[in-house]
Amino acid sequence: MTSIDENSKEKLRSVSVDLNHDASLLIDIPDALCERDKVKFTVHTKTTLSSFQKPDFSVPRQHEDFIWLHDTLVETEDYAGLIIPPAPPKPDFDSPRDKMHKLGEGEATMTKEEYTKMKQELEAEYLAVFKKTVQVHEIFLQRLSSHPVLSKDRNFQIFLEYDQDLSVRRKNAKEMFGGFFKNMVKSADEVLISGVKEVDDFFEQEKTFLLDYYSKIKDSTAKAEKMTRAHKNIADDYIHISATLNSLAADDMTANKNLNIILSLQKVEGRVASDQDLKLTELLRYYMRDIQAAKDLLYRRARALADYENSNKALDKARLKSKDIPQAEEHQRQCLQKFDKLSESGKKELTSFKGRRVVAFRKNFIEMAELEIKHAKNSVALLQGCIELLKSN
Amino acid sequence: MAASSDRNPPPFPTAEESEPGLCDMADADSDEGEDIFVSNSNPVSVSRGVSQPDRVSEEPSDLFSEEAASSTAAKANGVHSDDDNDLFADTNVELSTDKSSSSARKEPSGPRHASTFTPSPAAMQPTSLEQLEEEEAKDSFDVDVAVTNPEKIGDGMNAYVAYKVSTRTSLPMFRSKVFSVRRRFSDFLGLYEKLSVKQSLHGCIIPLPPEKSVVGMTKVKVGMDDPSSVEFVERRRAALERYLQRVVSHPSLLQDPDVREFLEREDLPRAVNTQALSGAGFLKMINKASDAVNKMTIKMNESDTWFEDKFQEVENEEQQLRKLHVVVDSLVIHRKELCGNTAVFAKSLAMLGNSEDNTALSRALSQLAEVEDKMEQLHQEQAASDFFIFAELLGDYIRLLGAVRGCFDQRMRAWQRWQEAQSTLQKKREAEAKLLWANKPDKLQQAKEEITEVTVAWEARVTQYERDFDRIGMTVRKEVLRFEKEKAKDFKSQIIKYLEAMLQSQQRLIKFWEAFLPEAKAIA
Repeated sequence: MTSIDENSKEKLRSVSVDLNHDASLLIDIPDALCERDKVKFTVHTKTTLSSFQKPDFSVPRQHEDFIWLHDTLVETEDYAGLIIPPAPPKPDFDSPRDKMHKLGEGEATMTKEEYTKMKQELEAEYLAVFKKTVQVHEIFLQRLSSHPVLSKDRNFQIFLEYDQDLSVRRKNAKEMFGGFFKNMVKSADEVLISGVKEVDDFFEQEKTFLLDYYSKIKDSTAKAEKMTRAHKNIADDYIHISATLNSLAADDMTANKNLNIILSLQKVEGRVASDQDLKLTELLRYYMRDIQAAKDLLYRRARALADYENSNKALDKARLKSKDIPQAEEHQRQCLQKFDKLSESGKKELTSFKGRRVVAFRKNFIEMAELEIKHAKNSVALLQGCIELLKSN
Repeated sequence: MAASSDRNPPPFPTAEESEPGLCDMADADSDEGEDIFVSNSNPVSVSRGVSQPDRVSEEPSDLFSEEAASSTAAKANGVHSDDDNDLFADTNVELSTDKSSSSARKEPSGPRHASTFTPSPAAMQPTSLEQLEEEEAKDSFDVDVAVTNPEKIGDGMNAYVAYKVSTRTSLPMFRSKVFSVRRRFSDFLGLYEKLSVKQSLHGCIIPLPPEKSVVGMTKVKVGMDDPSSVEFVERRRAALERYLQRVVSHPSLLQDPDVREFLEREDLPRAVNTQALSGAGFLKMINKASDAVNKMTIKMNESDTWFEDKFQEVENEEQQLRKLHVVVDSLVIHRKELCGNTAVFAKSLAMLGNSEDNTALSRALSQLAEVEDKMEQLHQEQAASDFFIFAELLGDYIRLLGAVRGCFDQRMRAWQRWQEAQSTLQKKREAEAKLLWANKPDKLQQAKEEITEVTVAWEARVTQYERDFDRIGMTVRKEVLRFEKEKAKDFKSQIIKYLEAMLQSQQRLIKFWEAFLPEAKAIA
């Protein structure tokens, strides 16, 4: 289903593996516009499949459209045995927006250079958030397009192709499903974990593993976020330091050199922070959500098992009462069938998920290590140069 | 001003090694040497000031050429030279810069400890050229002090910390070449008080000891083991050391018998009245002088704008340093936060690694957790560097600039005194004239004698005050120029130290990640 092509590393900029290499259906988000609170993504599709009307087309979509698509997939019974790719999180511009606001308020207290630099930093942060959200929405679509079953989903096709506003369809869908299934799954936690007796070793192991892993990765994600934020704060401090040194150093040559080194250090620190954010924090965040999706699959299967067991009990009761036996038998057969189907596809999905996860971690760890080394080497060169300069003066 | 608070100690040589190089100088200087060491500093500064009124204005150009050359070889310039410059290079500064790289590597995480001294190169290997230079420039300025071994004495609320103050010198005015005493914090404050009372009246910039801290000391009294107490004691020890180094590198202060007593005497009588010397106390003292100046009704007519301009410069610089200090403090806090966050993250990652069922990935996660742990160590050291090198430097100079301002104000006070004396003299003369005009001839002679006595006394006073004012002016000028030179040197050496520590840290970072890379690649 998915594989990595080591030679096309330049295309691999996602936390997941390269998904977009099946030429029959290629999706990307080349463009996005930010208007106030809303982000408008341009979803571009290139396809050789005859099920689409055109071979190459684009549509504008909002975040809510992606959520609609995700929810309809989750609530489709036929996909109960699949891991539905996690929905992309809502674009969050609150942090840079708040900072922009604070910066505006504090403008009077800083020098012009300091203000300009802080503003540049914030604009970079804004851009980074923007890029991240585009990436995450893109990955969602690409995972769908590279899944043998999901890529054929009708709603997926509509999402890609329908050139009108989707919001009308969205409202209808909500009324139809009422979010029923989703709520069921959400509250399934305690009941299904403890209640259902697992007959299959594989699933038993998976359940234990995923539950444990989920809580650990959630914890790691939160801590990684804090770490990244601290790095960003330090980069900001360097801006303030360089601004103050600037006012001190009007005539002093030595101080000017110091100024430059502080500025460069700041840039490096900022870059370290954002790279760490992308490679580590985003990775953890994404897989946290993916594992949640895998857990959802387990819940659905557990639910199916519960249904099957209930149908067994109903059949026994029917046999006792000698009433409605054929219906009960039919119901039981259906439950078993559904359960078996879920188990079979679930096993496949979970196994490939494992492989996918390992590969993604590997890729991101390597890239992160390489970037850290690169930035540190930059810093070393900068520092050595500056020390030389100062000593020779 | 030397700022070598954490030199790693190779054992310093025995006295014999250093003697041959210095013996000659001592002999050559003996005459002048004795005069200087025996008398107290006042006559010296007066004579210097008066005898070279022209030299003062020429100094700036000397300064800058001096500064350019000083970083290369360790030059020992004459303290009391008549001919050359009056600027004193402390030979220890260069050495500390060299040693800092090795000391940075050997430091444990957290605050740095232990500093004794390394021999000044001038003492160790006098080349013939240097020897000549030194002989020409009279005495070499060779005093090394260090503050080490903080020890808690006593228990409970009466406990205090005693520090070992070690001196190494070749100056004959001291009883021996190498000696040490134990001093407590209030002793340092007492020294400052004595010096400021005597010296500030002459326009000297007296170095400032670190501030009192009730909170810090109470924690130490309770127990010296927790990290915040350790950091507090180390911070104070380093600050006391810098304070003493500044004192002994000041030529006039070094001559002061109180300084000698502080360094040499076994049992120092306890300093009283150090309550006034809390942080707020220093500020109050300085501001008192400023207030007096501001209340002056007669505005001084400066023939030479140097003083006004310089004062403005000093005020501006103090402002900027304060701002910078605030930001650097913020940097320290954020870096400490990063430390904490990284440590917590490392643990979390280790747990995740345990949970992971793919063996290679699990190992890689554990390795990554270890790398992050090492990063935390690096951040910790960087935070210490941020604080002990950068922030403390700024803090020291903010207070020193305040002391410089104080000097200027002392000069204004001297001017004020002179003006007041002049106007009093005027009044006396008018009174004399009136009396002479109004008096009967028989009482005239007696009255005349009385008044003349008074007038003469006031005339003498006026002359004295005028001379005082001129003298202070010259001292202030000289002091400020010396201060600026020392400041530039200090900042430069500290910044180099800071950058070198950062460089070390980055190089280690590279090693950590390079070690991790194969682990990451091994994931399958």
